[in-house]
Amino acid sequence: MSVAGVFVGQLRREFKLLLQSREELANPLIFLFLALTLFALGGGGSPEMLRDFAPAIIWVLVLLANLLALEGLFRRDYDDGSLEMLVLMAEPLFLPVLAKILAHWIYSGLAMTVLAPLAALILFLPAEVLPTLLLTLLVGTPALSLIGAIGAALTVSLRRGGVLLALLVLPLYVPVLIFGAGAVVEAMAGIENMAQIYWLLVITMVALTIAPFLVSAALKISLEQ
Amino acid sequence: MPLKTLWHRMGSPRWMYQMSGSWVWVLGVMATVLLIVGSLWGLAFAPADYQQGNSFRIIYIHVPTAIVSQSTYMLLGAAGLVLLVWRMKVADMVLATAVPFGMSMTALALFTGAVWGKPTWGTWWVWDARTTSMLVLLFLYFGLYALRQAIPRQETAGRACAVLALVGVINIPIIKYSVDWWLTLHQPATFKLTEAPAMPPEMWLPLAVNVLGIYCLLGAVLLAALRLEILRRERDTQWVRELVAAR
Repeated sequence: MSVAGVFVGQLRREFKLLLQSREELANPLIFLFLALTLFALGGGGSPEMLRDFAPAIIWVLVLLANLLALEGLFRRDYDDGSLEMLVLMAEPLFLPVLAKILAHWIYSGLAMTVLAPLAALILFLPAEVLPTLLLTLLVGTPALSLIGAIGAALTVSLRRGGVLLALLVLPLYVPVLIFGAGAVVEAMAGIENMAQIYWLLVITMVALTIAPFLVSAALKISLEQ
Repeated sequence: MPLKTLWHRMGSPRWMYQMSGSWVWVLGVMATVLLIVGSLWGLAFAPADYQQGNSFRIIYIHVPTAIVSQSTYMLLGAAGLVLLVWRMKVADMVLATAVPFGMSMTALALFTGAVWGKPTWGTWWVWDARTTSMLVLLFLYFGLYALRQAIPRQETAGRACAVLALVGVINIPIIKYSVDWWLTLHQPATFKLTEAPAMPPEMWLPLAVNVLGIYCLLGAVLLAALRLEILRRERDTQWVRELVAAR
């Protein structure tokens, strides 16, 4: 099979499986909005306060929702044995891995970017910074999926890997959060913010270059036992 | 000894055990002497700071712990690379034994920083660039520790930790840069340390002694823990049995 064929075939398989479990797809997104509601309730619903904190709240909850979706990235394939098949058969392994990460990004990062205007509306984020929010989410969330996949691959063989995954991955998300939320805050203050967006792009590019290989190595390590 | 031979020998736990016996003592004695001299000199004899008075003297603990905690993470990254590329058993043991030392040094640096911050900045904690990146470093150490605890099979745990340590080492400069960036945007110069003129030698010499001392401590603690780890993991081999029987 050609290189492109391996990639497209894996991607097609992922989508077929994802469409069979739609509720699983929706759960992280529902979590995102549930947590947004909780923030508004806990913060007393004051529009000024919510607006000031909106960039931080949206970005932090996107990180957490992404993390929830990550747990399932390799889990089902590990349970039914198809992950082992993949690791044994695929050459090179990083291509199908990249396809899986892309599928994960589409139903987590991209879906959250599409739904972000709704989140912005709930938190009274000014409409004129909405394009900035969408742009930061669009270029920043791929890095989350790529870095997170390393943690997911390392913990896939552990029965209760959920909290551990958060502990491993969240410190690595710090730069994405700083530049992502920072760019939106800058936009609200009316300051030039392209530098942060370029930095998000840099992080995504570095992650795209390195992560697929580290994920492949981590999967091989996890399947050793 | 040619470097290549040394490299190959370092892969042998038995050789490491035999060689490190005297080094533990040398480094341990050096660490004790240097740390006592440096601390006494710094705490009792160095001149007081013209702005901060005596409170600045915590620098003699704070700076060495902060430096060594970062170096230890770099060491973990290097050990991880060696383990993944050459599958050297000793690298896995370094990866396992250096984590608690680095973790406690990071915690100590954060604690002394807070104690120093109270009289100088008027608060225990600020979201300053350096404190924040040290806090993230502490979480990175926690992650490494937790991952090793969570994976039952030793060899798998070691290689998983190696991957994580490598990712952390790649990420640390980015974290550092992003935190610096974040600080310069939000807190311009408010929380900067009161900048004394460049330190006179009688102030920085004890600091240099303590930095050297803490590196010796790293070496001594690491080697001592490594020797125990070697004995534990190689307990079924002939040479360890003979060693124990001879005692």
